[in-house]
Amino acid sequence: MATVAESERTLYPYVTGSSVVALKYKDGILMAADMGGSYGSTLRYKSIERLKPVGKHTLLGASGEISDFQEILRYLDELILYDNMWDDGNSLGPKEVHSYLTRVMYNRRNKFNPLWNSLVLGGVKNGQKYLGMVNMIGINFEDNHVATGLGNHLARPILRDEWNENLTFEEGVKLLEKCMRVLLYRDRSAVNKIQISKITEEDCTVFPPFSLKTYWDFSAFKNPTAGAPGSW
Amino acid sequence: MSKSVLDLPPKGGFNFDLCRRNDMLEKKGLKPQSFLKTGTTIVGLIFQDGVILGADTRATEGPIVADKNCEKIHYMAPNIYCCGAGTAADTEAVTDMVSSQLQLHRYHTGRESRVVTALTLLKKHLFNYQGYVQAALVLGGVDVTGPHLHTIYPHGSTDSLPYATMGSGSLAAMSLFESKYKEGLTRDEGISLVVEAICAGIFNDLGSGSNVDVCVITKGHKEYLRNHLQPNPRTYVNPKGFTFPKKTEVLSTKITPLKEAVEVIEGGDAMEE
Repeated sequence: MATVAESERTLYPYVTGSSVVALKYKDGILMAADMGGSYGSTLRYKSIERLKPVGKHTLLGASGEISDFQEILRYLDELILYDNMWDDGNSLGPKEVHSYLTRVMYNRRNKFNPLWNSLVLGGVKNGQKYLGMVNMIGINFEDNHVATGLGNHLARPILRDEWNENLTFEEGVKLLEKCMRVLLYRDRSAVNKIQISKITEEDCTVFPPFSLKTYWDFSAFKNPTAGAPGSW
Repeated sequence: MSKSVLDLPPKGGFNFDLCRRNDMLEKKGLKPQSFLKTGTTIVGLIFQDGVILGADTRATEGPIVADKNCEKIHYMAPNIYCCGAGTAADTEAVTDMVSSQLQLHRYHTGRESRVVTALTLLKKHLFNYQGYVQAALVLGGVDVTGPHLHTIYPHGSTDSLPYATMGSGSLAAMSLFESKYKEGLTRDEGISLVVEAICAGIFNDLGSGSNVDVCVITKGHKEYLRNHLQPNPRTYVNPKGFTFPKKTEVLSTKITPLKEAVEVIEGGDAMEE
């Protein structure tokens, strides 16, 4: 019995998505992620949508194993379906979905069979903005701006410096683009095909993908070993 | 006196003879001593007139802050400074060693030292020790050929860059550089960008903290701004101060001012730092 169970545990991720960055702005939540799915060190899939709306009030972004993300979407589909079947005029908000996902992730971790994802959950319900994160080991918290993976090291310092409560949509997008650009330069698994999505009280939009402009014209890059032969 | 044993010349690099003995001691329960690491944020950038180097001032020993205000910007030559991350002893020793080699070279040639000279001496030494000398350095300076900024990794590889960061806080500092650096910065813009990058390291990385040191090097002139910014002051100080217990009563006080025995000649041939 035990040997059969062993082979069904998740040991390592196969197809992975890189970082997700999200922040609260004046009207709701803005989230950004690139569209790449890496298979180890190969860039295998270039059009994976890692930002998905869930129900009426929530937006879910995921990094990590893509198949586990698709499984989570199936669980959430079932959850939302049952919620709709009650037909009681109430619907699950972002806080509730976050709570549900935390329990799922933590229980899977306790059975040594984790869903290998870092999830970002954002939404607005009854005027209350909510932005939180859940990890594959069940760590969960709520904050004004979150990032997963390498975004924690590269994007959060920028967000801590430049975030404020009253960002407009344009300012929020500019700030997210700044973070995604640094990730594009410095994260090896990042791809230059970014999707941004926003969720407000009224609706949720996932914008079409676009690419960021990068700058490579520093004079020191033109002939880097001019002063130091043997360097890179 | 066996003639069959060849007299081999002494080999360079590390001697690994004690590794087996260390292994045996560890198995018997001896804990290896933890060494003082600098767990750092160090940065450098090239601006229009030269190079600006920056560093935080925290030295850690595992989870403890061993030195709240250490100096990570080391002197190499009057026109060259080097920031060091990694094991504190290694960065200190390797920069001191190359600094004296440069001084001897200056006496020999009669010319100002060049940054590539320091670079080559450092990378040769570090490569020779195959990464065991854990020093990650940001070397910057201005010589006759212009301003230069290089990074040197513990295994001996080097990069030549317009802006560079090293240490545990390097990602936080690099995120600021990547979003705000442009060519042709003025001195004030450069200093404020370096300070911002080091502060990003201080506040977002646990291995970095305390104050910001800055060093500005231009043609023929350098400014070492020690503790240029102190964003972590000691906020709560007991207003009562210290009171010694009554048991140690002060019976008498005698103050003897020390007189200087050596006359300091200003403007003479002073030894450089």
